[in-house]
Amino acid sequence: MAENGMRTPSELIVIGGSSGSLDVVLRIVSNIKKEIGFTIVIVFHRKTAADSTLLELLTARSVLPVREIEDKDIVLSGVVYLAPPDYHLLFEKKHIFALDDSEKVNYSRPSIDVTFESAAEAYTSSVVAILLSGANADGTDGLKAIHRQEGITVVQRPDTASFPFMPRQAILHAQVDHVMSVEEMIEFINGR
Amino acid sequence: MIQDEEVDLLVNDLFELYGYDFTGYSKASLKRRFNRIYILDNFPSFAEFRYKLKSDPAYLKRLVEEITVNVTEMFRDPLFYRTLMKEVIPSLGTKPFIRIWHAGCSTGEEVFSMAILLHEANLLHKSLIYATDINPNVLEKARKGIFPLSQMKQYSGNYIASGGKQDFSSYYTANYDRVKFLESFTTRMIFSTHNLVCDSSFNEFDLILCRNVLIYFDVPLQNRVFELFDSSLNRLSYLALGSKETIRFSDLNSNYKQIGKEKIWRKMA
Repeated sequence: MAENGMRTPSELIVIGGSSGSLDVVLRIVSNIKKEIGFTIVIVFHRKTAADSTLLELLTARSVLPVREIEDKDIVLSGVVYLAPPDYHLLFEKKHIFALDDSEKVNYSRPSIDVTFESAAEAYTSSVVAILLSGANADGTDGLKAIHRQEGITVVQRPDTASFPFMPRQAILHAQVDHVMSVEEMIEFINGR
Repeated sequence: MIQDEEVDLLVNDLFELYGYDFTGYSKASLKRRFNRIYILDNFPSFAEFRYKLKSDPAYLKRLVEEITVNVTEMFRDPLFYRTLMKEVIPSLGTKPFIRIWHAGCSTGEEVFSMAILLHEANLLHKSLIYATDINPNVLEKARKGIFPLSQMKQYSGNYIASGGKQDFSSYYTANYDRVKFLESFTTRMIFSTHNLVCDSSFNEFDLILCRNVLIYFDVPLQNRVFELFDSSLNRLSYLALGSKETIRFSDLNSNYKQIGKEKIWRKMA
């Protein structure tokens, strides 16, 4: 993006997805090139069951290391992190994750809002938040917080989403910098 | 919204006025907790929130209860309980007497889960479970052994997924919308307030469980708590943490051996 040339370089890309976003997440992750100078964090609404299927799927498709986050893990560049089920994912400060098992937010734990808001505080303008398909309104308040800190907000084009409600809510109520198809998102991420 | 500097002010007030030390708590999480109660209780400004806290000791009780997270369930993480049952309980069984400490037990759901495991292994009669929490209100609930009937379907599912083979409902009696667990469980439990931040070791244990408590602490405080646990564990005793917690960042790491993939470690030296 030419107009973003003067922006802070991105240190963190947080991707939030719910219903209908599994395929999108897998497509994105399998197309990210190896030499990225930032961190990717995926917050995905999923069942609390102790299955590691998602982690295995992501690991199999990515050229980058994929890890499920543990409490107080250090945030490394060039790594794809997956938020664990049944915890909210926070940033204790820049470069340190923290987990929290307090009440669900938007009927969800992890909640995308919680992680976006925390990322906005810790990383201010160096974060990109991407919101994908979903059937509830999680993510919208988080995108507002990202925008307030001058980070970049991206939303999946609703007509390309299996469940357009979540991206549509965001477009209606938050300040969205880019509305993109999945192909455009992949190009955008690889160009950061 | 409460800002970082304001969180520091509140933490300072809580310590100076009431002796509650939240300085080693994880800031990101603590700030969310303060903001939550600030919104729940409809304060028009931070100044009024702070004034209420400073001038009304009754409000302190509510605040401490609300900022400490009390989310728990019976047989939370069934695979963890399966490992406990298969790998840990049999080795505890060889001891003449078994002492277990549940640190940060909240409303006691996991304490009763442990009692069920011990009962099924025929070890409950020679076991004592010390269950502690910073918050006296949750301990009051735990002590009663009364839980909502509406939860039993989920808990019974967790129990079965943990490898439980008995009739789960035989462990409680239902009365309207609540259930009460067997007295024979509660008689093997000792409930007491204990603050991991400032209180010291009070016994030696064969197993310490502290699940989803340390996530609310920063790394230096976590390390202090690990030392407290280490000084409260006999050799070849066990330490069990929440499913995303680890001793990896602590000095304990070299003396403890992890049991399989679960967050259970055995003290080797």
